[in-house]
Amino acid sequence: MNLPRYPEYNVLDKRDTPSWDDVTRAVIGERLATPREPRFFDAVQWNAVRALCACIVPQRKGSHLDREPVPVPALLDAKLAKGSGDGYRDARLPPMRDAWRIGLAALDAESRARHELPFARIDDDAQKTLLIDMQQGELRHGAWQGMSSELFFKERVLHDICGAYYSHPHAWSEIGFGGPANPRGYVRMYFDRRDPWEAAQAEPGKEEQAREENRRVR
Amino acid sequence: MSDDPQQVPRGKHGRAPDVFHKGAWLPMRQYDQNEAVDFVIVGTGAGGGTLACRLAEKGFKVVAFDAGAWWRPLEEFASDETHQSKLFWTDERICDGENPLKLGNNNSGKAVGGSTVHFAMVSLRFRPEWFKSKSVLGYGADWPLDWRDMWRYYGEVEQALKIAGPLTYPWGPKRPRYPYRPHELNAAALVLARGCEALGIDWTETPLATVSAPRGAAHPCVYRGFCVSGCATNAKQSALVTWIPRAVRAGAEIRDLAMVGRIVMGDDGRATGVEYFREGRWRFQRARHVVVAGYAIETPRLLLLSATDRYPEGLANSSGLVGKNLMVQTNQAVWGTMDEEIRWYKGPPSLALTEHWNYEDKGKDFFGGYCYMSQGPLPVAWSATQNGRGLWGQALLDEMQKYNHQAGLKIVGETMPQERNRVTLADEKDQYGLRVARVTYSLCDNDKRLVAHSLSFMSHALEAAGGRDVWRETDDTCHLNGTARMGDDRTTSVVNADCRSWDIDNLWICDGSVFPTVGGVNPSLTIQAIALRTADRIEALAARGEL
Repeated sequence: MNLPRYPEYNVLDKRDTPSWDDVTRAVIGERLATPREPRFFDAVQWNAVRALCACIVPQRKGSHLDREPVPVPALLDAKLAKGSGDGYRDARLPPMRDAWRIGLAALDAESRARHELPFARIDDDAQKTLLIDMQQGELRHGAWQGMSSELFFKERVLHDICGAYYSHPHAWSEIGFGGPANPRGYVRMYFDRRDPWEAAQAEPGKEEQAREENRRVR
Repeated sequence: MSDDPQQVPRGKHGRAPDVFHKGAWLPMRQYDQNEAVDFVIVGTGAGGGTLACRLAEKGFKVVAFDAGAWWRPLEEFASDETHQSKLFWTDERICDGENPLKLGNNNSGKAVGGSTVHFAMVSLRFRPEWFKSKSVLGYGADWPLDWRDMWRYYGEVEQALKIAGPLTYPWGPKRPRYPYRPHELNAAALVLARGCEALGIDWTETPLATVSAPRGAAHPCVYRGFCVSGCATNAKQSALVTWIPRAVRAGAEIRDLAMVGRIVMGDDGRATGVEYFREGRWRFQRARHVVVAGYAIETPRLLLLSATDRYPEGLANSSGLVGKNLMVQTNQAVWGTMDEEIRWYKGPPSLALTEHWNYEDKGKDFFGGYCYMSQGPLPVAWSATQNGRGLWGQALLDEMQKYNHQAGLKIVGETMPQERNRVTLADEKDQYGLRVARVTYSLCDNDKRLVAHSLSFMSHALEAAGGRDVWRETDDTCHLNGTARMGDDRTTSVVNADCRSWDIDNLWICDGSVFPTVGGVNPSLTIQAIALRTADRIEALAARGEL
């Protein structure tokens, strides 16, 4: 199938509608205001993290809404600065913050060993190759300090970075998710039915109609 | 003064939050720490919350503790997956074994009301034969309970929570009509129905603990879909809005942000009360009886942490079984893309189900059963599912773009009790200075055969319903049970049928820990039914002078 698109749908347009309550406005407002400068990562780690996030959730420039990209590195930094864990840890991994410090140092060390440059400075294909090797557990530089690159990739890189990206309203708009829904909720539950406050999917040849409907989503 | 309920307790000064009215309070009785109350209860979820309510209503003096916050859902539950992680037990736990578990948002609550604050509301009865799995079905262990007794208590819980369910239930012995009408099916649920009908098996609307008509101050469920992030309208019948307010009105005291670290033992080998951390220091509450209701990890952890010279292997542990026989439920799924728009974010996540493979024993190469349900993960949960199959980069974004066209079928599958699956104490300590739990888990061959059967069957069902590009999520689990099993024999169980320790007659365990087997349905209804039964038994024993 062609991938569904929801042109000009913006979850944030519903901020002042009955789909958002006060606590949700406060919580999302705080997320949108996440400081862009790192508090947990140092400058070297920050370069690596930004490059890593761009590989895991690549964001195209120049979308139709000219939205700011989702500040994934900043959201990740905020999680680590806050230090709130997940409530479980694979015994083979160190605690979350230690895992990130070790993993990023190891990523740069692997990159230098192959290309004599840190991860952020190698080209896209080289970055991707390195990450595929990490995912398959084939990176074993001493900088890993015994940590499994495969587990780090699965339990920290993917979990933390993708969790950050899909916590952002722009990501919700992109996939046509209704977003916050209290107190109004939803009425139309059947196949192919949408409430007027849900995203309209662009049907082939009818993109303009979807655009208009999405501008009216409130 | 801070009003952060994760920093400052709310159950104080003779009052408790009134969860039904913004900013309002209920009067709450308070007990002196030196007064030996009849019961202290550790944990306020499906087990402890229910028991606190019923014991208080029977006239016992009850103080219940919860390590978590006392939330006001109407004001404090955002429509946001990430923020609502505040409902989960996010203190460190260490997981190992061949299949290390995911805890936290997957199955562990930390709040007044426990995991019922974030549960998916699925309220199913056990198949009667499961109470005698060993002697009738040939696997696991027998329960010391009679299914007819449990059938009556199930009915009481369903009434107390105004469960919304079908007029007639397709499986098992006759049961009363559900108190509230079933919820409307969303498209994701209709996909399940299509698949079942194509393969010729029964399906039904899922009995759910969220109201389909007004109840008291709560209006019917508005289908906002954030159920597992906490219900902001109080339609969900969690312990926080059902048993707890009743308990407070009946004279129980609930202490929030109160982490119990040790059960204190007297020279006579009986419990004298609990040590708990609240408002910056350790305190002691005297009690005549102690009930542990912390769910299948915190319950054995507390029993092990309370070891003394007299009980060096932990309390209630002469059988050596405390912490052993931990049982999750397998939670694998098949997912596919539909031509229609599904938009599964609308409505409770599991509106339709089939228990066919719980009640059909032919055609299985494994012991136990499973049900499967329709699904509705929100974006963060759905991206985690995609990560689980290794997707990232553009491949992940493309797959996520199909969000509104996804449908899925997911099992709650029975696992076998195995002593190697267990909770022990790690050397690492938490913020209270208490050793954290180490949770060891490995699936056995029977568990794997059950999963394989379910994935094969559900793949056919989803394809028959019109699903394309069907793929299998092979590694998820849910729920936590076992670790302090009940039984008829003190050498092979931790508590008796009344949830009373064999070793220490004023120590009780009342939560999912007591399950000898886990069945193929979500455990919350059974935990609550056991709590109601335990309350009745305690009343009867007290009347006979046998407490």
